[in-house]
Amino acid sequence: MARAVSSRRKLINTSIAWIIGLLIFFPILWTILTSFKTEAQAIASPPIFLGFDWTLENYAVVMERSNYGRFLWNSIIIAGGSTILGLMIAVPAAWSMAFVPSKRTKDILLWMLSTKMLPAVGVLYPIYLLFIEMGLLDSRAGLVVVLMLINLPIIVWMLYTYFREIPVEILEAARMDGATLKEEVLYILTPMAIPGIASTMLLNFILAWNEAFWTLNLTAVNAAPLTAFIASYSSPEGLFFAKLSAASTMAIAPILILGWFSQKQLVRGLTFGAVK
Amino acid sequence: MATKASRSAARLMMAPAVVLLLGWMLVPLIMTLWFSFRTYLPLRGGDQGWTGFDNYVRFVSSSAFWPAVQTTLIIVVGVLIITVVLGILLAMLLDQPMWGQGIVRILVIAPFFVMPTVSALVWKNMFMDPVNGLFAHLFQFFGAEPVSWLSDAAMPSIIMIVSWQWLPFATLILLTAIQSLDSEQLEAAEMDGAPQLKRFFYIILPHLSRAITIVLLIQTIFLLAIFAEIFVTTGGAFGTRTLSYLIFQRVLESQNVGLGSAGGVYAIILANIVAIFLMRIVGKNLDN
Repeated sequence: MARAVSSRRKLINTSIAWIIGLLIFFPILWTILTSFKTEAQAIASPPIFLGFDWTLENYAVVMERSNYGRFLWNSIIIAGGSTILGLMIAVPAAWSMAFVPSKRTKDILLWMLSTKMLPAVGVLYPIYLLFIEMGLLDSRAGLVVVLMLINLPIIVWMLYTYFREIPVEILEAARMDGATLKEEVLYILTPMAIPGIASTMLLNFILAWNEAFWTLNLTAVNAAPLTAFIASYSSPEGLFFAKLSAASTMAIAPILILGWFSQKQLVRGLTFGAVK
Repeated sequence: MATKASRSAARLMMAPAVVLLLGWMLVPLIMTLWFSFRTYLPLRGGDQGWTGFDNYVRFVSSSAFWPAVQTTLIIVVGVLIITVVLGILLAMLLDQPMWGQGIVRILVIAPFFVMPTVSALVWKNMFMDPVNGLFAHLFQFFGAEPVSWLSDAAMPSIIMIVSWQWLPFATLILLTAIQSLDSEQLEAAEMDGAPQLKRFFYIILPHLSRAITIVLLIQTIFLLAIFAEIFVTTGGAFGTRTLSYLIFQRVLESQNVGLGSAGGVYAIILANIVAIFLMRIVGKNLDN
């Protein structure tokens, strides 16, 4: 970007981009603002932007009405558990595909991705029955396994593309210098693989956190995560805008903050390494 | 170089992932196939035996089937077109020099992190509600009649909500691709007097083709399975019932597992047709 740009042009770019950016962000901003209003102010016509009496009342009511801590904890356990379990299975697989490729590696990768095309709704009832049979219905363990499986193809793909970027020459040079396998793994491969693993972990966590189909259909009370917590506001009584906003803000805040802090790694991860 | 030992070690390392995914695919699939040939009503007598292809015939000949397939495809294609076109424009804009680029980027990608259930609820109540929604206020301000979005214009509304959620993803990937474009090539073209449109179609767009492929692939996978947005907003009413949603209703709401399973098999076939089509493009595009 060494091109000299007139400051007039830059000003135009800046204003257009900010207007569009704010428009896209507006629904989130509006939700957050509304969560601090009273119900009357939330539906006032014309709408009030900032000149209202800020209150925390809605948050208190939401906390009282349902056990937010429990939903949050379930979300953390389920998203975290499925991410860790997924990585434990995907890292060795992606590793071997990247470093010991065979003729069928590409086919296996495409096949794995195609399992992601299996419509969840087509297999919901069998899974439901199996879960009842195994006592996994409405359990965190069951959801951990299901979410791990639905995201596994994506994790394997992402890790594969990352691992492929590790130059083999470095490994060969280390071997020439007499590095043992342990040293090779510990001092050369691990440091180079960690950024890729970290962004894969992040994306998987976000996907699992926001996944709604399986969490809504396989949990009731015990294992319900935040997606279920918020869905309980879709009933007519959820038409209390300020309380709905408070609940929404509480459901998205953790993942929004995590996403913003890690957007650089995410961009790399999301592109499957195919776009550089 | 792969030795025999390293190759068998590699197989061992791949085994858990392959076996698990194979099981995840085959076990429920076989059960779904089995149920699809039976009359199975969990709340009205349970499994009542073999019926042959009855469920398949009934599912296809039901008046809800073709509209559901159509709805599914319209949502997928509509969202893909909107997010890719706007994504390209937005990515090109964000690539320009400006003040506060980092913050704008954060604002633009934020919807990607919002749960589908939350975004559907927020759009439905706070924006599209015909009485208290922000759009209703806006229409009133300009002297127009407020619209009941989710009943009178249900499909455009759903497409809009879903596009809002996926635009960040498309923008982010396309932006990364644009930033990797060799700016010298563009400058040279500019010097040679290539007009802006020509530069876009002959240099920028071809450069983006790989990124666009990725966007199409990933989004299609997720859009075919779209559920929460419809569950929370219209519940499948007003012509927004996708194939997935129709099956969901058959299995869970009317508790007809046999019929729903036959629908599931159709959904799997549809998904695979789309998959074969996509894999071809992707396989070709990712090889080189």
